[in-house]
Amino acid sequence: MSNILTQTAAPADSAKPQSRNYWIGVLRRIGREKVTVVCGLILLAILLLAVLAPWVVGADPYKTSMIRRLLPIGSSGYLLGTDELGRDMIARLAYGGRMSLLIGVMPVLIAFVIGSTVGIFAGYAGGRINMAIMRLLDVFYAFPSVLLAVAIAGALGQGVSNSILALTLIFIPQLTRIAESVTTQVRSLDYVEAARMSGASSLTIIRVHILGNVLGPIFVYATGLVSVSMILASGLSFLGLGVKPPEPEWGLMLNTLRSAIYVNPWVAALPGAMIFITSMCFNLMADGIRSAMEVTE
Amino acid sequence: MLAYLLKRLVYALPIALSVTLVCFLLVHIAPGDPLNAVVPADAPAEVVNALKAAYGFDQPLPVQYVRWLGRALTGDLGTSVATGRPVVSEVLSAVRNTILLAVFAAVIGFALGALLGGIAGYRHRGLVDRLATALSVVGVSVPHYWLGMVLTIIFSTKLNWLPAMGAGPGGSKEWMWDGEHLRFLVLPVATLMVIPLGIVTRTIRALVADTLSKDFVQALRAKGLSDRAVFLHVVKNVAPTALAVMGLQLGYLMGGSILVETVFAWPGSGFLLNTAIFQRDLPLLQGTILVLCLIFVLLNLLVDVLQPLIDPRMRRG
Repeated sequence: MSNILTQTAAPADSAKPQSRNYWIGVLRRIGREKVTVVCGLILLAILLLAVLAPWVVGADPYKTSMIRRLLPIGSSGYLLGTDELGRDMIARLAYGGRMSLLIGVMPVLIAFVIGSTVGIFAGYAGGRINMAIMRLLDVFYAFPSVLLAVAIAGALGQGVSNSILALTLIFIPQLTRIAESVTTQVRSLDYVEAARMSGASSLTIIRVHILGNVLGPIFVYATGLVSVSMILASGLSFLGLGVKPPEPEWGLMLNTLRSAIYVNPWVAALPGAMIFITSMCFNLMADGIRSAMEVTE
Repeated sequence: MLAYLLKRLVYALPIALSVTLVCFLLVHIAPGDPLNAVVPADAPAEVVNALKAAYGFDQPLPVQYVRWLGRALTGDLGTSVATGRPVVSEVLSAVRNTILLAVFAAVIGFALGALLGGIAGYRHRGLVDRLATALSVVGVSVPHYWLGMVLTIIFSTKLNWLPAMGAGPGGSKEWMWDGEHLRFLVLPVATLMVIPLGIVTRTIRALVADTLSKDFVQALRAKGLSDRAVFLHVVKNVAPTALAVMGLQLGYLMGGSILVETVFAWPGSGFLLNTAIFQRDLPLLQGTILVLCLIFVLLNLLVDVLQPLIDPRMRRG
């Protein structure tokens, strides 16, 4: 079963030249894909809206109002309505993007750094060290990932850092496995052998000859994880395990608005639509990047 | 073949053992004391110590682990701190409800995924292919807890066709095979089904397209085999990998149902897990996760055992 997982990230041609021209080619190919470009633009817009929320959105996301609770979409002054405490939904959604993007992207970033390091080390070292590291990681594969994340976050208690930690822990084994399998392939290539024979140190070989060839496939796999991470991070908040109220965050908003689905259902569904759009754009963009980098499935 | 089975079995044992270790340690990475939930903060030290001794929390960790494992092997997962009832009985009745949900979702999701993926693989760039591609992207991108909410909004609050919550009329937790109970199953299953649907569709589509492009298929056609006979060859080639993916997905469903069960207040293991977390009921948390993970390990083992049965190439290895 393990070989299916690793196959997906195997480079089409490990020995392909990774020159400057290659990256220009990748960018050009990405630019030609309409879907990828549109998704990138949508993500950029969501990111800008979140980061620049205080300047773009006039309303205060924390200001409650007992008389303006659960206004429907299209109310005057509240274009997307208000939530169960009378807070402006536009402001909540815009500010909510900050936390949602942070807790969604951070785990993948941290796991990318740690997983690549451990995986490249294991792949380059080979032999028993490789065996020991990979067998240890197999334990993590004995858990369904959502369950493991909920278990860790549940045991540690509610909190943003706990939720990021829980998700990082479930992504590290996956990224390590990819890094290890790609490094093992590259390591046995002739030009690495030649470098070793010419007396290059291990560090130099990894830095000069290996990194450039393995980071691409690992990166592609990691971009594919962002969408999963967004859904799970907001899911943990939805369960009450991530962000604490009254902080705006899409998953948490979805949870607190659940009781409102009988009064004002479409307002209650808005935060989830944001998670869906963001996660889908990340997914389609990851597909675009993958095919542009010629990393075949 | 026998050697292969033995090897798989021997390989699964340390994994299962590590799973128990991780589940055991979960309670100990939790901040504060495992007894926090039951002992008030100002309880006298003697009472706390007596309780610790009663639960065995005063022993060193390795001793606690071995004792806990020994009890777990005999089916004793401890007592729920919050309810005082044995964890095993709570977990088993909840897991039964989860399995019910997961199996329904898996059967429908796999069947639909195989059908769509199969047609898409045959008719490259056709209408079904485009539909399947779109569906698989949506399937893996949609937050299923939100999808559950949207389906509830449409079919319960707007159309009033189906119940929004629970597993039976009048909040009954015991499952029965009648129309009234089945109605409660529709929305959770429809939501949960989407998790494997996207991935299964994508996998089958890629596998079928890949197999069709192989030389041997061309050879079969050149020999004059009917389309139906060629189709059988394709199925035989696709089945082993498809089975592996489906087995993994069924396992993920067991975990992924946590969020869906919360949305629909379905009295399954995810709901139980949620309760355990918020009441800081650590023995219950530990027991639920242990049982779910062991089921996952067993499922993986089952797939490993079934694979060589349908793939003769693996019997030699």
